[in-house]
Amino acid sequence: MSEQLIDGQTGSWEIVVGLEIHAQAITQAKLFSGAATEFGAAANTQVSLVDAAMPGMLPVINMECVHQAIRSGLGLKAKINLHSVFDRKNYFYPDLPQGYQISQFKQPIIGEGCVSIETEEGGIKEIGVERLHLEQDAGKSVHDRHPRKTYIDLNRSGVGLMEIVSKPDIRSAEEAAAYVTKVRAILRYIGTCDGNMEEGSLRADVNVSVRRPGEDLGTRCEIKNVNSIRFVRMAVEIEARRQVDLIEAGGTVDQETRLFDPDRGETRTMRSKEEAHDYRYFPDPDLLPLEFDQALVDQLAAELPELPDEKYARFVANHGLSEYDARVLIDDRETADFFERTLTDGESKRDPKIAANWIVTELFGALNAADRSIQNSPISSAQLGGLLDLIADGTISGRIAKEVFTEMFNTGSDAGMIVKAKGLEQISDTGEIEAIIAKIIADSPDQADQYRSGNEKIAGWFVGQTMKASQGRANPGMVNKILKAKLK
Amino acid sequence: MADYELTDLTIAAARTGLRNRDFSSVELVQAHIDAGEAARDLNAYITPTPERAQTMAAAADAALASDEAGMLTGIPIAVKDLFCTQGVATTAASHILEGFIPPYESSVTANLWRQGGVMLGKANLDEFAMGSANVTSYYGTVTNPWQATSGPLKGKDLVPGGSSGGSASAVASRIAMGAVGTDTGGSIRQPASFCGVVGMKPTYGRCSRWGTIAFASSLDQAGPLTRSVEDAAIMLGAMAGHDPKDSTSVDIDVPDYQAGLRASVKGLKVGIPKEYRVDDMPPEIDALWQAGAEWLRQAGAEIVEISLPLTKYALPCYYIVAPAEASSNLARYDGIRYGLRVDGKDLVDTYEGTRAAGFGDEVQRRIMIGTYVLSSGYYDAYYLKAQKVRTRIAEDFRAVFTECDVLLTPTAPSSAFAIGEKMDDPIAMYLNDIFTVPASMAGLPALSLPAGLDAQGLPLGLQLIGQAFDEARLLSVAQSLETAAAFDKRPIRSGAA
Amino acid sequence: MSIDRAAVTHIARLARLRITESDKEKLAGELSDIMNWIEQLQEVETATTQPMSSVIEMALKMRPDIVDDGGKADDVLANASETADGHYVTNKVIE
Repeated sequence: MSEQLIDGQTGSWEIVVGLEIHAQAITQAKLFSGAATEFGAAANTQVSLVDAAMPGMLPVINMECVHQAIRSGLGLKAKINLHSVFDRKNYFYPDLPQGYQISQFKQPIIGEGCVSIETEEGGIKEIGVERLHLEQDAGKSVHDRHPRKTYIDLNRSGVGLMEIVSKPDIRSAEEAAAYVTKVRAILRYIGTCDGNMEEGSLRADVNVSVRRPGEDLGTRCEIKNVNSIRFVRMAVEIEARRQVDLIEAGGTVDQETRLFDPDRGETRTMRSKEEAHDYRYFPDPDLLPLEFDQALVDQLAAELPELPDEKYARFVANHGLSEYDARVLIDDRETADFFERTLTDGESKRDPKIAANWIVTELFGALNAADRSIQNSPISSAQLGGLLDLIADGTISGRIAKEVFTEMFNTGSDAGMIVKAKGLEQISDTGEIEAIIAKIIADSPDQADQYRSGNEKIAGWFVGQTMKASQGRANPGMVNKILKAKLK
Repeated sequence: MADYELTDLTIAAARTGLRNRDFSSVELVQAHIDAGEAARDLNAYITPTPERAQTMAAAADAALASDEAGMLTGIPIAVKDLFCTQGVATTAASHILEGFIPPYESSVTANLWRQGGVMLGKANLDEFAMGSANVTSYYGTVTNPWQATSGPLKGKDLVPGGSSGGSASAVASRIAMGAVGTDTGGSIRQPASFCGVVGMKPTYGRCSRWGTIAFASSLDQAGPLTRSVEDAAIMLGAMAGHDPKDSTSVDIDVPDYQAGLRASVKGLKVGIPKEYRVDDMPPEIDALWQAGAEWLRQAGAEIVEISLPLTKYALPCYYIVAPAEASSNLARYDGIRYGLRVDGKDLVDTYEGTRAAGFGDEVQRRIMIGTYVLSSGYYDAYYLKAQKVRTRIAEDFRAVFTECDVLLTPTAPSSAFAIGEKMDDPIAMYLNDIFTVPASMAGLPALSLPAGLDAQGLPLGLQLIGQAFDEARLLSVAQSLETAAAFDKRPIRSGAA
Repeated sequence: MSIDRAAVTHIARLARLRITESDKEKLAGELSDIMNWIEQLQEVETATTQPMSSVIEMALKMRPDIVDDGGKADDVLANASETADGHYVTNKVIE
């Protein structure tokens, strides 16, 4: 059980979490207009007359948004609805120019699906997906430019979002974080959302309630716009604790929308949303029902890349990776792709386990230290492959390889060039090694005597001396063999 | 000087005159501008655009000189002020669009200008096209150029009908050669009937809605108001067509409607829906309806009585669907991006103050109804129910069109009434559209043409309803009816004559 | 269906319309009359009828994923009553 029970003063409590993830579909243009979706443009420069809800403007749906939703649905192993309907969700807000959001209410494009997450104990748990629907993003309200005014930028207005609603299957802060991580990975794998939480292209509304184990669901609070996985974890913990404390003190939880404030480590009521909402959903008369045939779904399914779970299984089964290495490598698609390219880039094939080990330990360590992502790794997959080749064919030793790796990371040069320039090739010439060893033995008669009189442990000292004398370049296997023969 | 008034010409005749160089577009347009100046008290225009008209007329003359004329080159047209026109104030007859100048041109008007049409000005209407008498305009009531010659209405100013009241009044009074209006539940046909002109609502989807200020999106449709069926055919041909910017615009060819007018009605079956014979229908309207059927029979058509059992439910159904859509369509008028803004102490205060000051009573009433029928707890009972009834209304029409080709009905249950009447009784006002709303609910094309005068000397219209996208046949039947009716009366307020 | 003052107040709030206290009574009466008249729709049998989703039979049109709009902040802002630094400006919104 990975359920996290909270100890209250009156006993333990169970956390129940459901998540609504808003994922921006990767497209050039908006959901219903031809304005760009790019992040970071000057205010109101990516706004069409449709996005600004000028009188008489009409929506026409972007086909790619539909395709991205279908792909995402396939990635979530969900039912694809060949017939769905766009509704208007009516409410007034300055960054909602139409006075309604075009969304899908009763008939979403994607129905039930599931996402498997790894629990803290290493088991697998299935989290149900209730639905995925397409909807318009709102504009941005800027509150800090003027003491008494709010500024409105509509660049985001009308950008296509996929809202993914989970079932209330999540039972801990860790599971909530794992679920978001996994959904994000799936969307990034299939290229339907870039998952960039800092830029807001993926954000979550977190629904939290608590109950006594086995009892009915408690009243939930919705925490809006949580914009990092760490904050998802924190928000669940803090909100669940708040509710337990509240109930145990004799209070009741009100169903409401709350804001998470990571600086103060608290959630609080959103004042602007205190009014009870009545969204008056109805089918948007400017749009007809969204219909497509199974052939389109089949075509998109056929083009779908391998998903994380499948890749994991293949890495373990076909490449013989450890479960740990496989899990780390599939975590995001870029890493998995880097790994696979490392195996095949160039002329030779490389040992997957060795490649995985180098990526997981050396490369990740160096990237972390340099605060870089794998996409802008100074060492390309082909270059790493080249280094592995030099190890495999005995040109350099594993120890030298680490030195070469560091040099590659710092300079971006190829392994072969570094080895050549610094003369780091492994010495595998028998005569050369014999000469080094002969000199050491001659210079160290006491140690040689100790060995001969049965202290075989001292062989290690000779190996060390030999490596030192060869500046680490002597082939360790050959050194061992020759030493044993010479010391007899 | 010609031995006729330029403002009396039909579009078809004016096109011939322009091509024969009998007169120039500049002359034709100036005649209409002058007539409009003389008839300002009708209040048919909110914003006359004489300078733009003359610029466009000069361009039209140049095009005519180089034989590059389009379907409407040089023809002066009034535009209902619900169509956004680039650089020209567009008001929807509402205070809430105070100062709004669109940086874009509606697709329908762009089509008209592409065909050489000349814009005379923006015609008055009921606020946001919500009304049947053109008495809800922020810019004042429009007057019907017709006056009663006898009876209690004699000497009184009459309403032109609505919501395209300014358009109908302008065409009837010869201050525009044609007008482009919009019809949601009868807003072209009913004022056409009240003003003695031809008014046509095409099939939903035939004309683009892009750039036309929305009232009820599933019903709104642009159409022409003219003084002859042939002119309606010419204008519709110029306005219609597929628009990729409107998801509900249909991608099918626009036939040559004018050429199609020659088709005979011989052998066609004309349906008479018995449910349109309402209890309190004035006998002279019933008589005119029967006369219309007789004219078509004499022209070779077969008259068949048919039944549309749900007819009486169309109007209450409409008064759920249209306000519901309107309540949402009008949510964008919040004072932030365009139009009127009444600053309040906080955001909600600004919203409420702006919308209370910006919208008139009828618009507010409909927003309230629409908000109510969509609100939690009432959606199923009202909105959903209405959409189901609407399905059944459309099914009824589909069924009768297996028995006949077109339907003939009266356009309105009365002739024009006096300004000020029915103002305090919304339902009485709504009942004006009892005969026009059913075709709107089914998305079907329908046309009203003047067929006679009642005892007070006021025009009465007959309505023809056609099958979806069968405007060509509808127009050919209309022309046959027009010929037989030989309606040649003109309003007292119509220029020199 | 009768609509009372409280309902008028609630609906007006949803619709962001400010109705004066004196107008509420009148409006409640008018809206009640209209809703009572509309009530006749309940006579129509619709147990097996689907609600209308579009009055014309056609497939939803789709646009290709091409950026062909935007870059017109001047047009977008031209009609606004208050702007600053390329933004629309309104009363402070408190979250």
